[in-house]
Amino acid sequence: MFKAFWFNRRLRSYALQVLLVGAFLSGCIWLFINAQQNLAARGITAGFQFFGQPARFPISESVIDYTPEDSFGHAFKVGLVNTLFIASIVIVAATVLGLGLALARRSAHPLLKGCASTYIEVARNIPLVVQLLFWYSLVTINLPTAREALTPIPQVFLTLRGLFFPKLELSGEISLLWWAVLASITLVTLAFIVQKRERIVEGKAPPFIRISMIVSGGLLLLAWLVGGVSARWDVPKLEGFNFVGGSALTPEFLSLMVGLVIYSTAFDGEVIRSGIDSVAKGQWEAGEALGLSKGKILQLIVFPQSLRVIIPPMTSQYLSITKNTTLALAVGYPDIAFVVATTINQTGQAVEGILILMTVFLSISLAISIFMNWYNRRISSI
Amino acid sequence: MNSEANFVTLHPMDVRKPPLLRRSVLRDLFSSAGSSVATVLLAAVFLYALPKAINWVFISSVWPGGSGELCRATNGACWAFLWDKLRQILFGIYPPSEQWRPITVTILILVMGLVTLPPRYWRRWLLGLWLSGFVVSIILMRGGAMGLAYVPTTDWGGLPVTLLLAICSLGMGFPCAVALALGRRAEAPAVRYLCITIIEVVRGVPLVSLLFVASILLPLMLPQGMSIDKLLRAGIALTIFSAAYLAEIIRGGLQSLPKGQVEAAKALSLSWAQTILLIILPQAIRSVIPPLTNTAIVLIKNTSLVLIVGLYDLLSSARAALTDPNWPTPYTETYLFIAGIYFVICFGLSRYSNWIEMMLRARNGR
Repeated sequence: MFKAFWFNRRLRSYALQVLLVGAFLSGCIWLFINAQQNLAARGITAGFQFFGQPARFPISESVIDYTPEDSFGHAFKVGLVNTLFIASIVIVAATVLGLGLALARRSAHPLLKGCASTYIEVARNIPLVVQLLFWYSLVTINLPTAREALTPIPQVFLTLRGLFFPKLELSGEISLLWWAVLASITLVTLAFIVQKRERIVEGKAPPFIRISMIVSGGLLLLAWLVGGVSARWDVPKLEGFNFVGGSALTPEFLSLMVGLVIYSTAFDGEVIRSGIDSVAKGQWEAGEALGLSKGKILQLIVFPQSLRVIIPPMTSQYLSITKNTTLALAVGYPDIAFVVATTINQTGQAVEGILILMTVFLSISLAISIFMNWYNRRISSI
Repeated sequence: MNSEANFVTLHPMDVRKPPLLRRSVLRDLFSSAGSSVATVLLAAVFLYALPKAINWVFISSVWPGGSGELCRATNGACWAFLWDKLRQILFGIYPPSEQWRPITVTILILVMGLVTLPPRYWRRWLLGLWLSGFVVSIILMRGGAMGLAYVPTTDWGGLPVTLLLAICSLGMGFPCAVALALGRRAEAPAVRYLCITIIEVVRGVPLVSLLFVASILLPLMLPQGMSIDKLLRAGIALTIFSAAYLAEIIRGGLQSLPKGQVEAAKALSLSWAQTILLIILPQAIRSVIPPLTNTAIVLIKNTSLVLIVGLYDLLSSARAALTDPNWPTPYTETYLFIAGIYFVICFGLSRYSNWIEMMLRARNGR
């Protein structure tokens, strides 16, 4: 009986699977029961009831408004928005700079090429935490005080309290202007799509883009005049030991952004370079034979083809940039990981906090992968 | 007859210069307006920055033997601090009288690493060497046996901790990764989905959250009275993390293997275990050695994240050394030193990865 069972492959497979899943689940349940007992012993009620309670800890900077009287739920939202904010800035900046870096590394100019290669090797082979702490110490210790601020550009001040720059202040009926901006963007995008399609189908197209740009310029001007908008530069001024007015980037944000951009640009640059290298040499030569300039060949022939190679590794690159923003903990920028860590410290709701952190990143990862997979399908079907 | 179509030149054309075999550097530097601008700009930056850098590093700097007062007085680098604090940066708060032990462990691990590099040493004895080397390292660091004084892991620090975390996460992560990769390609759906879930969840969350789980959640999840050492917990988190990433690379190697290999093994009536161990894994892993090395670099760099859960690896020990009030706080110099150590290890490994890729390609005759 036992022998028959053992030598039946399917039965054996089923038995092993049931055993494995059973062991995994019972391990999880065991850990869960232990956690419940330990939490009960410490007087912590499990669950998300604490979400509505006031958080009572400060968040040094945030994209959306926050006060310590706000709830924990709101604090998580603030942290998440901060994470998304820094991640999107770094993704855009690192992609644009990465393209430049890839071109610099491919150029025939020996000095430029050497600088690009050196930069890539240095940035890629030093841990991100070390780089972030290095920039943070450079900003907070080696930069001058407000009185001796560096001014690389007039009215822009770099001090150990951060970067201060003028802010454009608009007064009057601004909502009309925002609608006009929205309408203009829509109009130009539509014109772009239509003109491109017309050119592909018909061979030539009316200058939709130029017309739409003129129209939107008029629209903006009209909104400006009708709304009675007036603009004013709010310039940072030195008062006491610090600057007042204008906009400011804190040292934490500055060092996190600079560190992440420098680190990610090196990786993005290598991804883009290998993508461009993957396009056959004949494509360049064919372009030259058609009399196109180097820039046009890159833009019209080589780059569209290299996207197929670039997109998959770039997706994981974007994902890792987003995950790397959690190293904000090292410099003290209040991202989602920082808020979660503070919450765990204050309330002891460790299970819930870590669950939130993981769920947030799993959903971001899923969203980016779905978007990039869709984009990749679109690209490769061309 | 149409004369234009049959136009033939009346004079011999000018002789063109042969293409240059080697273009001169000067020509590359000033080949066009754009490249001339780039040359001038870069040269200006170098001319501006180089004297300042030389001044900071060599001329105004305080060399070993100097004191904290001297460092405060100058605006150059404070190398004296690094020299004075070298032991604390490299070995943390390990008892000074016993510091020959972490020194031995560091040298042992580095030597084992060097021995592993040439492919002709990739034999079974190497596995034994690493296993025994790891056990010896732990005994040496921990003590409490063979007449060595006991040193708790809370006193460990610096370079040996970084190296131990790295080889623990890679060494234990690798067999787990092989199991996960095989499981992901298994026919049994329960096994497959379990492995996919583990791999994707671990790869989808940041390492920081796994370290939180290990340092905050795991102690909560164990029955009262049972506890796991803090360093070991961080090691477990790093191991799970590397296992998931290595598993995806090994899966790539498994997928690249032609189906005929399995069928041939079956025809020879090899068992499942024999097929895996003797036929599939050696070929699959050999084909993904370069990406494996690159992932190893990423994972070595990631060990520095244990700073966030308060463990004393190389980076944290250096930060602890900076708190001495007798010295100013030369953060820049210290971070440059730490960065230099990581750079030597990681850059060396990435060069090695390139070399091995070329060698494997040459051997495969591609």
